[in-house]
Amino acid sequence: MSAREKILQQIKLNKPAETQLPAKISFESYYEDTEVKFTETLAAVYTEVIVMASMNELRRKVFEMYADVVNRATTIPALAEWSDFSLNISDPHDLELIEVAILEAEFGVAENGAIWISDNHLPHRALPFITQNLAFVIPRSKIVNNMHDAYQILADTTGWGCFISGPSKTADIEQSLVIGAHGARSLVVFLLEA
Amino acid sequence: MFNEDEPYVNWHDETLWFVRAKRDKSAMQLPEWEALRETASQIKHYVLSHMDELLVAFEQKAKANGIHVHWASDGAEHNEIVLGLLKQHNIEKMVKSKSMLTEECHMNEFLIRNGIDVIDSDLGERIVQLRNEPPSHIVLPAIHLKKKDIGDLFHEHLGTEAGATDPQYLTEAARQHLRDKFLTRRAALTGVNFAVAETGSFVVSTNEGNADMGAHLADIHIASMGFEKIIPRQEHLGVFLRLLARSATGQPITTYSSHFKTPREGQEMHLIIVDNGRSTQLGREDFRNSLKCIRCGACMNTCPVYRRSGGHSYHNAVAGPIGSILAPNLDMTKNADLPFASTLCGSCSNVCPVKIDIHEQLYKWRQVLVKGGYVPKSKEIGIKAMSMVLSQPRFYQWSGKLGRSVMRAMPFVVNNSLNPWYKQRDMPEPPQESFRDWYIRNRRE
Repeated sequence: MSAREKILQQIKLNKPAETQLPAKISFESYYEDTEVKFTETLAAVYTEVIVMASMNELRRKVFEMYADVVNRATTIPALAEWSDFSLNISDPHDLELIEVAILEAEFGVAENGAIWISDNHLPHRALPFITQNLAFVIPRSKIVNNMHDAYQILADTTGWGCFISGPSKTADIEQSLVIGAHGARSLVVFLLEA
Repeated sequence: MFNEDEPYVNWHDETLWFVRAKRDKSAMQLPEWEALRETASQIKHYVLSHMDELLVAFEQKAKANGIHVHWASDGAEHNEIVLGLLKQHNIEKMVKSKSMLTEECHMNEFLIRNGIDVIDSDLGERIVQLRNEPPSHIVLPAIHLKKKDIGDLFHEHLGTEAGATDPQYLTEAARQHLRDKFLTRRAALTGVNFAVAETGSFVVSTNEGNADMGAHLADIHIASMGFEKIIPRQEHLGVFLRLLARSATGQPITTYSSHFKTPREGQEMHLIIVDNGRSTQLGREDFRNSLKCIRCGACMNTCPVYRRSGGHSYHNAVAGPIGSILAPNLDMTKNADLPFASTLCGSCSNVCPVKIDIHEQLYKWRQVLVKGGYVPKSKEIGIKAMSMVLSQPRFYQWSGKLGRSVMRAMPFVVNNSLNPWYKQRDMPEPPQESFRDWYIRNRRE
């Protein structure tokens, strides 16, 4: 008998009497201002949230913010002239030179500052992790209250996606928080007015 | 011996209590916290009672998504599958992110014996790997070490400056060291936090980003899961991801919660579903709830025994209260001592995000282990003697009096190496009179 059959047979023999799933599996969160909660939550994990009135304003802002940085990449067509690193490569290992990446992401979650990014908006899954510094651009209108709301809009069919909340971090040395473990050393979130 | 150094034990105790306090603060911010725990517990109960159907549904979806699904009855089979995959691709070096399951299966030792170079990429895991030690905590693998220990270790292995103890500097050195590994390894192994039957996908949570760095750069991604990691629907992740990090470290969510569903173009993705005693535990009515565990570590951080004895004292991959109810299922002879290493205070059950009755199971394991003859004779004799004394009031009064005067007159009778209590501690001063004597005297006055 294969391991599969053996395991399944043993489970069938040993599992407890059937119970049902709970009827209520989601809860509502109430915040006076969802965007304020989102901004505060991200500030607590060393992430700045900046509201941008238009794509033009965003363009001006990123030129100013990253004036001295080389190896800039973006997935946002309107920022193409700002970038100097083409993502049109086949081997993701080549991405390791990237100093800053500005990426379009889908939505944010106020309760924990998580931002959803997926294959829908990414040419390479490694990109948000391998870049030294990371910035997300999400529509200002797309912030939900909590994770239950998030999974309501995530009828996702993409191959891979990730909630990212802040820069990479660790506290494995005597519980001292250090930013920049393996992934991005910093995160900035731009909320773009439609 | 962990408790030889009293200031060190106090430091370990306080460090973990600090994490417990962060958990409390975070949990109290959600008015629905208790309802969330109850919901999570009920979803997990449904999982236990539909385990086979959920696993089959998951397998079917995962295969349709292009994931190769393997099944392993025990640790040895799991390790052979991993080795086989690496050999098939002529790979001799692999990066690994945190997986307590591979610790349980002793995979690293097996692969290294077979010529595979395995590098742990979680900072804490890398630290303990360089020290040739197992992790002492499931979430905080190097929580038993001081920064000086890590500074010395990195000086020896990574060439950092002698005497350096700055966590920022040491972490940066590890980042550089491990980046090189990520960029040159063709295989990456990750654990699995949740596998979703509905979508055939799985979720891996980290703060460092090491699971993603490994998986997205490697030609082959192997994910290992104990079969109890399955949940029915994607929306159930809303419940579990809200509970997991808050219970573990007090964070509202880990930095990265990565949802893998299909391999990226040109990549191979393998998932190994492991039993290793779980299907037996599922059949133990009193203990099956232990399979609800989501490995947050809250029960360890709160446990007065764990905090003052350290994870290595438990001689099992998973330490602390949850480890002590999982371990006897794996080996009753080897792990018979663990359920006795508890005060039964119940703090573990109170913080458990999926409401496992941990302290009750500890108590029940004691009955099973004594009845099965797994407990050393000395303990059995001791317990029998105690039961004889405690069940006879006059005998109890007499032996108390005798004990007090012996300890006063001849302290060497108890303060010697035959008494295990004396090994790291002094016996307390015996009181002048018993509470009973005091009470009788005071009532008279």
